[in-house]
Amino acid sequence: MASDGAGYLGGGGRPNGLFSWIFSTDHKRIGILYLVSILSFFVVGVSLGFLMRLELISHGPTIMEASTYNAFFTLHGVVMLFLFIIPATPSVFGNFFLPIMIGANDVSFPRLNLLSWWFYMAGAALALATLALGPADTGWTFYAPYSLRTGTYVSLAVFAVFVLGLSSILTGINFVVTVHRLRAPGMGFFRLPLFVWALYATAWIQIVATPILGVNLLLVIAERVFGIGVFDPARGGDPILYQHLFWIYSHPAVYIMILPGMGIISEIIPVFARKVIFGYRAIAYSSLGIAGVGSLVWGHHMFVSGSSYTAGVIFSFFTFLVAIPSAIKVFNWVATLYKGSIVLATPFIFALAFIFLFSIGGLTGLILGALSVNVHLHDTYFVVSHFHYIKFGGAGFAFFAGLHYWLPKMTGRMYNAKVANWSCLISFLGFNLLFFPMLILGIEGMPRRYFDYLPQYSTLQTVSIAGSWVLVAGLIVMFANLLKGSLRGPRAVHNPWGGATLEWRLPSPPGKENFEKILEVTKGPYDFRGLR
Amino acid sequence: MRRAVTGLGHGTDNAFLVIAGICVILFLLIIGLTAYFVLRYRRSKGEVPEDIHGNALLETAWTILPIFIVLYMFYYGWLGYDARRKAPEGALTVKANGQMWAWSFEYDGAVMSDRLVVPVGRPVRVVLSSSDIIHSLYVPAFRIKQDAVPGLERMVWFTADKTGEYDLFCTEYCGTGHSQMLSKAVVMKEAEFTAWLAGTAAANRPSPGAEERPSGADLFKAKGCSACHTTDGRPLVGPTLKAIFGKKVRVSTAGKEREVEIDEEYLRRSELDPATDVVVGFPPIMPPQKGVLKEEELNALVEYIKGLK
Repeated sequence: MASDGAGYLGGGGRPNGLFSWIFSTDHKRIGILYLVSILSFFVVGVSLGFLMRLELISHGPTIMEASTYNAFFTLHGVVMLFLFIIPATPSVFGNFFLPIMIGANDVSFPRLNLLSWWFYMAGAALALATLALGPADTGWTFYAPYSLRTGTYVSLAVFAVFVLGLSSILTGINFVVTVHRLRAPGMGFFRLPLFVWALYATAWIQIVATPILGVNLLLVIAERVFGIGVFDPARGGDPILYQHLFWIYSHPAVYIMILPGMGIISEIIPVFARKVIFGYRAIAYSSLGIAGVGSLVWGHHMFVSGSSYTAGVIFSFFTFLVAIPSAIKVFNWVATLYKGSIVLATPFIFALAFIFLFSIGGLTGLILGALSVNVHLHDTYFVVSHFHYIKFGGAGFAFFAGLHYWLPKMTGRMYNAKVANWSCLISFLGFNLLFFPMLILGIEGMPRRYFDYLPQYSTLQTVSIAGSWVLVAGLIVMFANLLKGSLRGPRAVHNPWGGATLEWRLPSPPGKENFEKILEVTKGPYDFRGLR
Repeated sequence: MRRAVTGLGHGTDNAFLVIAGICVILFLLIIGLTAYFVLRYRRSKGEVPEDIHGNALLETAWTILPIFIVLYMFYYGWLGYDARRKAPEGALTVKANGQMWAWSFEYDGAVMSDRLVVPVGRPVRVVLSSSDIIHSLYVPAFRIKQDAVPGLERMVWFTADKTGEYDLFCTEYCGTGHSQMLSKAVVMKEAEFTAWLAGTAAANRPSPGAEERPSGADLFKAKGCSACHTTDGRPLVGPTLKAIFGKKVRVSTAGKEREVEIDEEYLRRSELDPATDVVVGFPPIMPPQKGVLKEEELNALVEYIKGLK
């Protein structure tokens, strides 16, 4: 390892400078590439969301026209889902830590790994290019036949998502093969950290479901360019078919977003409770359960779309079943805290925020899964609130927890813990102030994707808008603190939290080669004996 | 939550309250236990951790028990859904059509209205269709929602049990005017409804002697033109139509800008095939009316626009 303590971050090789990053096949450097790019797009997504909220502060056009607002919520969805939350945890922490956690020196296909980052950047460039040309105004769902008729740059936006899908598939393939082939001696499947289990289950969804989205998107382009008539009823096509193909991917995609986040929480809880995780196998199997049953529930997005009555009943049934493996995880995390020796450090505080927010997201999902209730709540603010609790409160806060847990290892420097705790609290309060009123707005009947609203919804809209300011303030404090800590913070020790997984045996930051010699794994990932 | 005003709605509300109630209890249980453990087992209090790898009985219990709870929720949600499947015999049938960005409702194949007017206490069956893209008919107070899909007919039914005016929304995103695609569901006493139906029918009927011709002003509202075009000089999504006849306007034709005079032919072309000439400064988003407007409707609209001063 490098003697100056810069580890894999240090220069001196060829090529040097920027090229030593964007052409690096080192999984750690690729992880950092993803970190920088993903957080940049997160800032774009947050800004769009913030401006959309601000627009609704008064009736009629306030800071933008209806067509701009529609383009904003489309781009907000595309950026947040495809550029931030789907790749965030697997591509940043997965790339960086999956090989280290299983005792490998890299992923199975390092060059494919770099290619997937290039695909990601190409997709991102295309998506943002529409912003300059004339952004799509279809919503991130691209529902036909509207997406076939609107005059905006839908084909380009759809192609951008297609390219991002390729990137996602390549990462998935890489992870599955790496977990199967590159585990160190002694690292059996049931010694894998639960984060690796979660990434493994996620990778399978990425491989199996993403191609269906790809085909669907190509059909949209073919329909727009050649008028082939698959989805357009004016040409004999079926618009409901589009919705099926779209949700066959896009519902499992919700689990691509949340499973890795659950994996992070499964790492953090035992470390800060200082004891072995409760129900290791139950948590590991429930990841596979979610991946399996989660691919059978897409129809619950379509209860009022005009698909068959029987289909509605079956999809509702599976929707309730998929709640079980998620509940099992939560129960096991809570049980892990029992008779622990709990350290209230920053990553753990974020994990607690996750449990709170994810529970609201999951339980509101049960309300939406009930057929007759769904008829009332479908396409209202209730749904908007529900999925923000899952994707932002759940996957997003898990990602933040991961940042505060692993960034000292990745950068070799420590952030200010006190400021970090405050940023968590402010973001948490802002988040609830922003999204909880939306649950009530939805119950009162406020439809989503509305540029304007009736006067009875004004009070709660205003509360929610104020919440967006608090949330953004919290995020600014959080990222300013992390940035300052990563660049100028005090040196981090090699194991600041007393973790038992393999990454904590390496120096912070790790050297260019993860492990100088092949190591023999002799104990489980949450065996803290000798570390307490 | 404001109370529903339909029988189906009461079922929905009951299911909501039962399921949400269970969810609140589960939430308090999870958060309460978490908070208790975090406060009770703190390292700063000198707690020594005890490794517990798991407990087969507990794992089984918290797998099986929640299955029963969610199946109960599933069943409760299904109950209220089953009732929506088929409208009762003898229900009043109303045809509803969505188009960018207005609703129209048709009674007895003749009477047209831009509001959903129904009698109190009688089952009403709404048959939904769309003339362009997907819309969704939503009346929160009735707890009903159904997509209007082009090329398909979909049904939704309800019995309103309280008179009054209720909000009616489009809940499937349909473009620039989506949030303006609003109307009202009006519940009347049976006698009032009969009178309204007769009155509207009479107003729709051409006066004796006159040609059978729809009024351009009514069509302008009913066909959704007014969602994007004003008659008072303000631009909305599209240009205003106030006193435009005979004026010159700059349009973009196949990517090239040119100036045209607004004559009858231009007005007809702009309605049937709006993408040919797009007025500079406005987005090319107007849905083509070819096959949507009947010949006499088109004539009436052109005459109406010519007459706007």
